[in-house]
Amino acid sequence: MTGVPGVNMSQESLVEIRDLNFTYDERPILTGINMTIPRGKVVAVMGISGCGKTTTLRLIGGQLKPSSGSVRVAGQVVHELDSDGLYNLRRRMGMLFQFGALFTDMSVYDNIAFQMREHTDLPESMIRDLVMMKLHAVGLRGAHALMPAELSGGMARRVALARAIALDPMLIMYDEPFAGLDPISLSIVGELIRKLTEALGASSIIVTHDVQESLKIVDYVYFVSAGKIVAEGTAEEIKHSTVPYVHQFVWGEADGPVPFQYPARPYGEQLMESAVRRA
Amino acid sequence: MSRTTLDLWVGFFVAVGLGALLFLALKVGNMASSSSGDTYAIQAKFDNIGGLKVRGAVKSAGVVVGRVTEIRFDPEAYQAVVTINVDDRYKFPRDTFATINTSGLLGEQYIGFEVGGDTAMLKAGDTIKKTQSAVVLEKLISQFMFNKAAEDGGKK
Amino acid sequence: MLSGIIEALSGLGQRVTSRIWRLGYASRFFLAILLHSGTSVRRLHLTIREIYFTGVLSLIIILVSGMFVGMVLGLQGYDTLQRYGSTEALGVLVSLSLVRELGPVVAALLFASRAGSAITAEIGMMKATEQLSAMEMMAVDPIARVVAPRFWGGVISMPLLAALFSAMGIFGGYLVGVQLIGVDEGSFWSQMQASVDFREDILNGVIKSFVFGIIVSWVAVFEGYDAEPTAEGVSGATTRTVVTSSLAILAADFILTAFMFTGT
Repeated sequence: MTGVPGVNMSQESLVEIRDLNFTYDERPILTGINMTIPRGKVVAVMGISGCGKTTTLRLIGGQLKPSSGSVRVAGQVVHELDSDGLYNLRRRMGMLFQFGALFTDMSVYDNIAFQMREHTDLPESMIRDLVMMKLHAVGLRGAHALMPAELSGGMARRVALARAIALDPMLIMYDEPFAGLDPISLSIVGELIRKLTEALGASSIIVTHDVQESLKIVDYVYFVSAGKIVAEGTAEEIKHSTVPYVHQFVWGEADGPVPFQYPARPYGEQLMESAVRRA
Repeated sequence: MSRTTLDLWVGFFVAVGLGALLFLALKVGNMASSSSGDTYAIQAKFDNIGGLKVRGAVKSAGVVVGRVTEIRFDPEAYQAVVTINVDDRYKFPRDTFATINTSGLLGEQYIGFEVGGDTAMLKAGDTIKKTQSAVVLEKLISQFMFNKAAEDGGKK
Repeated sequence: MLSGIIEALSGLGQRVTSRIWRLGYASRFFLAILLHSGTSVRRLHLTIREIYFTGVLSLIIILVSGMFVGMVLGLQGYDTLQRYGSTEALGVLVSLSLVRELGPVVAALLFASRAGSAITAEIGMMKATEQLSAMEMMAVDPIARVVAPRFWGGVISMPLLAALFSAMGIFGGYLVGVQLIGVDEGSFWSQMQASVDFREDILNGVIKSFVFGIIVSWVAVFEGYDAEPTAEGVSGATTRTVVTSSLAILAADFILTAFMFTGT
């Protein structure tokens, strides 16, 4: 049973993943995944590109159905929900997509107001106050009239973050929130994730391969390799982990369990062959 | 683009589009004659209807007074039976002559009504007694050639 | 060599089956659009916005093309008719050609290349940048919010554009025939009025343009929604929209014309 130190086992976790298997076109993407995301904590899911991290987020959000196993959010099994149930669940989740995924045909203000207008009957005056509040939390209140195309990468990411928390969700998921940002924006986004999670009393799941920034702000880390969880622990435990894969990842080593060379025949052999052919 | 400007442009577009449709319907097409007014149906029998078609015009004094609605073959009399819907406003005497004419030299064929002097009028369901079939061009030509040959033969 | 033939045949078979599969998928998508059209009606401004982008922004190309097509009809028509001494029939020639065929078909082809490709590119880009996915995760159905309004916007715009094309064309034919060449103005219009039937010609033309509108809008939104979320994917989808809808329009035109204008 996975355990987060300092957390009472009987405390209700927000997300519980048990024995999750997911295959796509007969290729196994995730095998035997077990995760627990407690309330109010920031959890990171790390691994190299293509190991199944984003798939996990989609399974939690109900965009994909598991092949076997269960995903529980707030006690409800996600893939057994009907469309109304899924609708209600998604209203309480926020997601920050890679590179923002802002609606390019609307202004920053309209992007954040989108969910409020779609899901609530709040009057425009109240919506205005709420939007400004969210924008102020990410430091972009003055940019409310800009279009997404006019924003820098860091600003767009912050707007997307404000949009993710528009309806004060209980679970926020981040898909590579640090990808492609300059150092200043990096630390801003990291700080915001931590602060907003605590302010909202929500849980956050960060899918990332940015070790530096995430280890600064997370409570717990799951390491995924080839669809399986190979290591887990608090930020401190991970930094001093002796698991070869984790060690290579955290210290950025070129070669290790994740090989440098893409699988191919030994080079010496190939050279010999071409020399023989030329002769 | 603000919502009001957008709505304005769309309203303009829809108005202009409907205007074009109206223009086509009224100025280009002829709605008047295809509007179904009240009509009564009569029949006429022809030996040969030539190229007359259903929905062909029925004219009297050059004005359209009705439409051909049905063309049948009578297997007992070996004649074509044409059903005509005549506009209710116009009554024709019972000895009306129905002829099949061609508009122009090579144009469409239509039925022409030539009125006689009968005081009794045609009612719905009546049949026109006097008809003249269409002129078939081939027969005309062969007749002409026959006459020409006979003329030449006679001269010799 | 035999294996080559077998390979070619199985490749062909696979391509045919994948096309048929795609057609089935597209048909289910069409049904989904119809079922989720409530939002397009309840939030009319979404549809109105799309009517603007597909209809209003196509006005220039439709009106100018219509004018030119009508003018060419006037020129060519006059040239042919005068050989039989029937130049007063020019009005009939121009109007019937436009109202029955050229109006609906050419306007639909232009619409497919301008508005159809734009719709496909827009939806494809939204898919590539994960905007559709984001919308889904916000519990807003992208088919109801993004796809259906664009579909209905196209369906509503198409008949209006076709009518405008025909009207402009007739005006162009009038300009060339009557003003430029000197055909009698009175007989131009009177013969036209006598020969163009509202139900037969004009209404059938409107029905055609309505059918074409459905075809173009359907293909455009489907290709956009189904595009590969990459740059090449979106560009391929846009090309496919123009090609597929153009072919479908011409095929449908043949079928509709056979139904409407033959027989007694």
